[in-house]
Amino acid sequence: MRNSTTGWLLIAPTLFILFITGFVPFIYVLVVSFFDWNTFAQNPEPTFTGADNFRELVFDKAFLKSIWLTLKFTAFVLISQLVIGLFLARMLLRNVPLKGLFRTIHTLPLMIAPIAVGATWRLLTVPGLGPIPHYLKSWFGIDYILSRFPDQAFATVVIMDIWHWTPLVTLTLMAGLSNLPEEPLEQARIDGASEWRIFWDITLAFLKPVLLTTIFIRLMDALRTVDEVWMLTGGGPGAETRFIGLHIWRVVFPKTDYGYGSAMSLITLYLTIVMCWLLYVAMTGMKENKA
Amino acid sequence: MKRGLFQSTAVTLIFWLCMSALTLLPVWWMFLVSVKSRADLFGKPSFLVDTAKMTWANYAEVLSNPSFQKYMINSLIIATSNAVLVSVLALLAAYAMSRFRLVGRDNIFFWVLTNRMAPPAVFLLPLFLMFTAVKIGDWSLFDSRIGLILLYCVFNLPFAFWLLQGIVDAIPKELDEAAYVDGASTFTVLRTVIFPLARPGLAVTGILTWVFAWNEYLFASTLTSVEARTITTGLAEFVTVTGTNWGQLAAVAMLTLAPAALVLALVQRHIVAGLTFGAVKG
Repeated sequence: MRNSTTGWLLIAPTLFILFITGFVPFIYVLVVSFFDWNTFAQNPEPTFTGADNFRELVFDKAFLKSIWLTLKFTAFVLISQLVIGLFLARMLLRNVPLKGLFRTIHTLPLMIAPIAVGATWRLLTVPGLGPIPHYLKSWFGIDYILSRFPDQAFATVVIMDIWHWTPLVTLTLMAGLSNLPEEPLEQARIDGASEWRIFWDITLAFLKPVLLTTIFIRLMDALRTVDEVWMLTGGGPGAETRFIGLHIWRVVFPKTDYGYGSAMSLITLYLTIVMCWLLYVAMTGMKENKA
Repeated sequence: MKRGLFQSTAVTLIFWLCMSALTLLPVWWMFLVSVKSRADLFGKPSFLVDTAKMTWANYAEVLSNPSFQKYMINSLIIATSNAVLVSVLALLAAYAMSRFRLVGRDNIFFWVLTNRMAPPAVFLLPLFLMFTAVKIGDWSLFDSRIGLILLYCVFNLPFAFWLLQGIVDAIPKELDEAAYVDGASTFTVLRTVIFPLARPGLAVTGILTWVFAWNEYLFASTLTSVEARTITTGLAEFVTVTGTNWGQLAAVAMLTLAPAALVLALVQRHIVAGLTFGAVKG
């Protein structure tokens, strides 16, 4: 090992930039959350108000609703993506001509800018222009208007996210499945276990670490979904698809309620960390059990 | 063991053909809209290109629009500068982590990665206030390209750091030890030993961080107003300002997703590892 001063010099720029862009904003948001600060209010200067912002948040219906919507959205997309992704991973592991091409095509949505994903789906769903409202009307007689029906807007946002992110689940689970040990599977087959039982008791058991990692990554991303929803529905109709990220943006920018927005940001960060931490504990617990 | 009809190669092939169509359909539809004139937009949807009526006018109009040109140039400059900056800094940091005994090594690594995980919406406000506060004469960090180039490090640097860490670790220590024995400085070793061997990994790092920076929207939309707007914010403006011009919107969206689609084949093996912090190798 060489002189560690040189090492610190090499890593210093990285740590410095992350300190400025990652750590300082966190401290800033922490401090501001204890102030009443709205630049458009009668008193535009920050005033210290202790935990008032947090007290108010607990009864803020709009905030609670946005959290509830975010959690509902996350639950829907996570479960659908896991089921579809697992199925697709098994289908992609089969020997089939053009496998590489299918894989590349399936990976495409992952690389597209979320804002462009939103634009894509907007073009599919605009009344009069998009094919989705057209065919829903002419085949099933359903009126499909995103800006009017909350359930349709929510469902479309979920489907868009499934289109966008299922490939990630497919590819991670495919990696997990292709590393499964052969022996237990062979043994179970010799013992005459049904394919379904083998899948539940052996495949899923061995897949658990990869599954949990995938859930972890998708959970983190789903909780912070903003761009594509903003582009597709703008959070509407009303506030029916206004997820937490969008809600914070609205409070902070058009309303310039800085103190309150900061408190909201902190709570959101806290909730994200708690959820990820719970999952992390589950994951490490799993590993210890295996060892 | 009998193989049912469902498991036959033909069924699998048909299944994947349908799946691929389903994946490509939204993008294909957008392409169709982008090559239609305004008069042909509405009516019964068709999924085929009408070659007689096909027009590149939307692209021509968008590309000749000065503010859009500026957005595009901004995006190019910001994404490229950020990718280069991040790759260089991360290579140095990864080398330091790999070859020097640093106190609190694991904590540093973990802390660096957490920067990537935080929800960006949470930091919009402090960043906005910080950016508007930094002023030198007439110049402000707010609405500047430099601001975004630095800020995008918050999600790209941890990623590049993690990716290059594995690559530098894989380079045998004996190689740089030999160079040190010959009297080379740390800089020379980095330039003549580490850089050439890490080049393929650096290319992947550069491409993926470039795409992530190019795709970013939330920070760009809140931390710029006129001068430093990027193509993603330009795309969002289309909906709110000229919401009815769907053809041009589609053309801009196609231009936004084009670079990512172009490099897809090059980096697809690394995308999964990239998006899961290497927890899963693709």
